Amino acid sequence: MWEHVVTIFIASALINNFVFSRYLGLCIFFGVTKRMETAVGMSFTFTAVMLIGAALNWVIYEYVMIPYHLGFLKIVIFIGVVAAFVQAADTIMKKVTPALYYKLGIYLALIVTNCIILAVPLINAEEHYSLFESMALALGSGLGFSLALIIMASIREKLELADVPRSFQGLPISFVLTGLIALAFLGFSGMITL
Amino acid sequence: MYEQLTNILVQLLSHVVGVFFNNLIPQVGVGGSVETLESVPWDYVAFGLVVLAALGIIFGIALAIVAARFVVKVDPKVEQVRETLPGANCGACGFAGCMGYAEAVVGNPDVAVSMCAPGKSAVAGKIADITGKKAEKVDPKIARVFCQGGTSLSQRKFIYTGVQDCTAAVLAAGGDKSCEYGCLGYATCMRACPFDAITMSADNLPQINPEKCTACGKCVAACPKQVIELGLMSKAVVISCHSRDKGIDVKKKCQVGCIACGICVRTCPVDAIKVDNNLARIDHAKCIVCGLCVKKCPTNAIRDYIPVRPKAYIDPSVCVGIDVCEKVCPVSAISGEVRSVHVVNQEKCIGCRMCESRCPKKAIKMVEASSTGAVKKPAKAQEPVSV
Repeated sequence: MWEHVVTIFIASALINNFVFSRYLGLCIFFGVTKRMETAVGMSFTFTAVMLIGAALNWVIYEYVMIPYHLGFLKIVIFIGVVAAFVQAADTIMKKVTPALYYKLGIYLALIVTNCIILAVPLINAEEHYSLFESMALALGSGLGFSLALIIMASIREKLELADVPRSFQGLPISFVLTGLIALAFLGFSGMITL
Repeated sequence: MYEQLTNILVQLLSHVVGVFFNNLIPQVGVGGSVETLESVPWDYVAFGLVVLAALGIIFGIALAIVAARFVVKVDPKVEQVRETLPGANCGACGFAGCMGYAEAVVGNPDVAVSMCAPGKSAVAGKIADITGKKAEKVDPKIARVFCQGGTSLSQRKFIYTGVQDCTAAVLAAGGDKSCEYGCLGYATCMRACPFDAITMSADNLPQINPEKCTACGKCVAACPKQVIELGLMSKAVVISCHSRDKGIDVKKKCQVGCIACGICVRTCPVDAIKVDNNLARIDHAKCIVCGLCVKKCPTNAIRDYIPVRPKAYIDPSVCVGIDVCEKVCPVSAISGEVRSVHVVNQEKCIGCRMCESRCPKKAIKMVEASSTGAVKKPAKAQEPVSV
């Protein structure tokens, strides 16, 4: 069983990296990678929200939705749970760490409707993962997303100094870069076969 | 007891829902895990409603508790300042948006109240009232167009029929204008201006409305020819040309270009003008905005943004005929014998204010000429309108 958990973790972080192989969550990905500082802050926030959101959703799915045959409400309920939790986190952060709040405040709102945050509980539900497996998927996806953010932020900080043609400056060259990194991540596929 | 209640509730709900909707919705699945069923399972729908309602109530109460427990007190001054600011989030103040500046100006005593460029002095005054800081007098900036060679006054290299935008036109061999330093006239700056301060003249040149211009710099960044620069509103005399071509080449390409003849350099009473690289430039730190160079420039390349200059008027009751004013006048507009009252020839006077400061008796006042050309009595000392 532990082997399976580790497999899920590595697969979600590298092989099925949400940004580089599924092209999800690009809004935040391009939004916060202009500076390393915000990228790192976002990585922590995102991974934390992902873990807690997946755990909450797993409990609700397993103990409420399956017994009452409410599988068809997955999307609505998962989004609702994450939205409520993120809103609470938003309020708490504003009080406890205002500095982090002002850096990530607008991105926290983005997290609510982020597709990765929704994708993880949906995959958990679809595959009927146990709590540990769900946590492994959430942690792996969170760390994989953090890895993507940090790689991209470090490149984009260097890119500020590069001589990019005017029409490619900003977002276009970032998309080109993401494509190139995605090609590199393609090398992980086949490492583990599920 | 609890289970009974739930059962009754669910049965009631499913009954009501079933009666209402069974006739309206065809008897098929509604997607998700129930799509394989042949009829709509109304008890599932009822459970769904109950669960969603329960979740909604729980989340609502939880959020209310969190909001009450972790309430953050915001300085009301920050909110007041933010409401005063124009809200363009242009970043001209150097902070991240209007909210950032509002917090900085309230929280940090070293942040000046006059940093909002779009808000100008009106907003600075209001912020000073709110924060209790001192509002220093600001000399606002304005965008200045450094080209006067419109379509009728300049030559074209070729006929450009592409996209009507300067950034596109400049890709075609640097644009269709012969002068490579001049305004292309395809109104990219006009479209870039967030305050509608730029209009295009009939001669395809941008005109800046000083009332609306906030010196945000969007047009400066948008112009592919760097024709627009930001300058101080008070420094209203500007050499409106960027051409570094030799004088003879400028002549061929444009009727109003700077030919670097140097007449302005010799004319300037304060040595504020220098010719460098075939282009005369005014050192605005030295310039006294007298407007002499404007009159002397042979190609009219120098522009005076003051529409009507006030003219000198000598108060006969104060003047004792010291004669300094006559000597200092660059256009010989003042005449009169020594020890007798001097008179300013209003036709000749160009309003340069050279005499005003030199008169030891302070007999000279600057008076705005009325539309008929007659001079009003200096009822009050009026500042010249700088536009």
